[in-house]
Amino acid sequence: MTATGTDAVELQGVDKTFGSVWALAGVDLTIGAGEFVSLIGPSGCGKSTLLRVVADLEEPTAGSVAVTGTSARQARLDQRYGIAFQQAGLLDWRTVVENVELPLQVHGVGKAERRRRAVELLELVGLAEFAGSRPAELSGGMQQRVAIARALAPSPRLLLMDEPFGALDEMTRERMQAELLRIAGETGAAVLFVTHSIPEAVVLSDRVVVMSPRPGRITEVVGGRRPPVSGDDRAADTLDPDAVEDVRETAAFFEAVTAVREALRKGAATDGPAA
Amino acid sequence: MSADRGEITASGGVGTGGLAGPGGVGGAGGAGAVAGPERRFRGASVVVAPVIFGIAVLVVWQLVVTVGGLPAFLLPAPTAIAEQIGAQFPVILETAAVTGGNALVGLVLGFVLGVLLAILAAGVRLVADLITPVVLAASAVPIVALAPVFTTMFGSTTEIPRRLVVTVVVVVPVYVSTARGLRQVRPVHDELMVALAATRRQYTRFVRLPGAVPYVMTGLRLAAPAAVIAAIVAEYFGGLQNGLGSRISSAAANTAYARAWAFVAASIVLGLVFFLAGLLAERLVTRNRPGGAS
Repeated sequence: MTATGTDAVELQGVDKTFGSVWALAGVDLTIGAGEFVSLIGPSGCGKSTLLRVVADLEEPTAGSVAVTGTSARQARLDQRYGIAFQQAGLLDWRTVVENVELPLQVHGVGKAERRRRAVELLELVGLAEFAGSRPAELSGGMQQRVAIARALAPSPRLLLMDEPFGALDEMTRERMQAELLRIAGETGAAVLFVTHSIPEAVVLSDRVVVMSPRPGRITEVVGGRRPPVSGDDRAADTLDPDAVEDVRETAAFFEAVTAVREALRKGAATDGPAA
Repeated sequence: MSADRGEITASGGVGTGGLAGPGGVGGAGGAGAVAGPERRFRGASVVVAPVIFGIAVLVVWQLVVTVGGLPAFLLPAPTAIAEQIGAQFPVILETAAVTGGNALVGLVLGFVLGVLLAILAAGVRLVADLITPVVLAASAVPIVALAPVFTTMFGSTTEIPRRLVVTVVVVVPVYVSTARGLRQVRPVHDELMVALAATRRQYTRFVRLPGAVPYVMTGLRLAAPAAVIAAIVAEYFGGLQNGLGSRISSAAANTAYARAWAFVAASIVLGLVFFLAGLLAERLVTRNRPGGAS
């Protein structure tokens, strides 16, 4: 695929308007290969729109968008990114393994090859024994893991996630965060992660990008507290959930949470009388 | 991976997420096992109650006719009808086979036509604009009006007119239901297929068609009993005298009221057979899905 040196995402001066609504204004953002970046901000700050622009689900009104060194459109056509939404969006009539195969099937990969790859990915997300199950038999957290496996099927260098854990309960959510860090580390994919949750953004990310609304723009970038994972250091053991739990209890974690919270408050303060 | 099992038991095994729909036929083990004995008891009462009710109605009917002395043309006694069913049994089987055959041929033709038209309409805007009003207008056409015309068109020595009437009656619910199913794509699936750069054909094949299957089957279930009604009524307007409908009208015309009722009873049974077959087909096809169209 692409050379490892290429940035996963490069946005320059991106504007997006819907009629008279200014959803994004002058957004500049670069995500390096293998980097984990979260977008956080209040509802209507354009974070989902920004992700959709990267995914070529929306066209920017102005500015340039490069994804893995090519245009957003070409990246989508080549399946260079994987995407997961708040809803798992699995196809009810397909088995779990057939759902993971879907992107490869769309791209005309042969039956045996795509089955092999799908089984491998189900092992990665810890659901190998549920390959033949129907999505309806799985819990919400398990369905979301299937959706992540599906997103990873074409071996993308970039994973786009739009509040994928938003519908999960807190305990499941924290376990899924640890799982995601391990998976991102093992695949080496860059991640653009949209969330409402400050602790979630801090614990997952290398960088937390804080946005504010009217018009949607980036107000601050805060360093995250992502724990070291196997992808960062091949010698280290595979990340276990305890490592993530430990991070949540460090002073640095609380400092980063506070920094993000202050940045969000500052963004709200400049929002004017409308707020 | 002990955490995974924890997840599945914690949610009671039927984690359908935001999709929780009615009649979880394919639901996972736990919940079904708990509801087992109670459901079986309810199943028995579901069968026993109407049977007792039906017997009671027959007894009252018999009493009203014999004690009350109702004339046979008004209402023959159940025993007289039963006698006729016995006497006419080979004829009943033969005529029921003819009418059932017409209903089945028309049902299959109308089903295939309805599904194909709906797929075509879903794919090509122009086709949708052309077909939808025609099919909806067809739903307003009384088959009574069509039957004699078809008989004249194709002659009275063939089954074609009856089958065509059934086809017209079946096409409508199948088309409407299938078309609705094809429109019911969840937005998240829509987005996903765009993100995966799927072609239109792949989108139809992987998402729209399989997603519409419960709706298609609902259309079939609704159309199946209607097919029998259409096949019988079509026989009232001339043509071959070999089906249940023609036997009912000729027996009634010959003042053989009990015999007419015997064929009416056979028609009811035939209608029920089609209804149950449609219901069973729907259940079988959609058993692995949460929710569904009904």
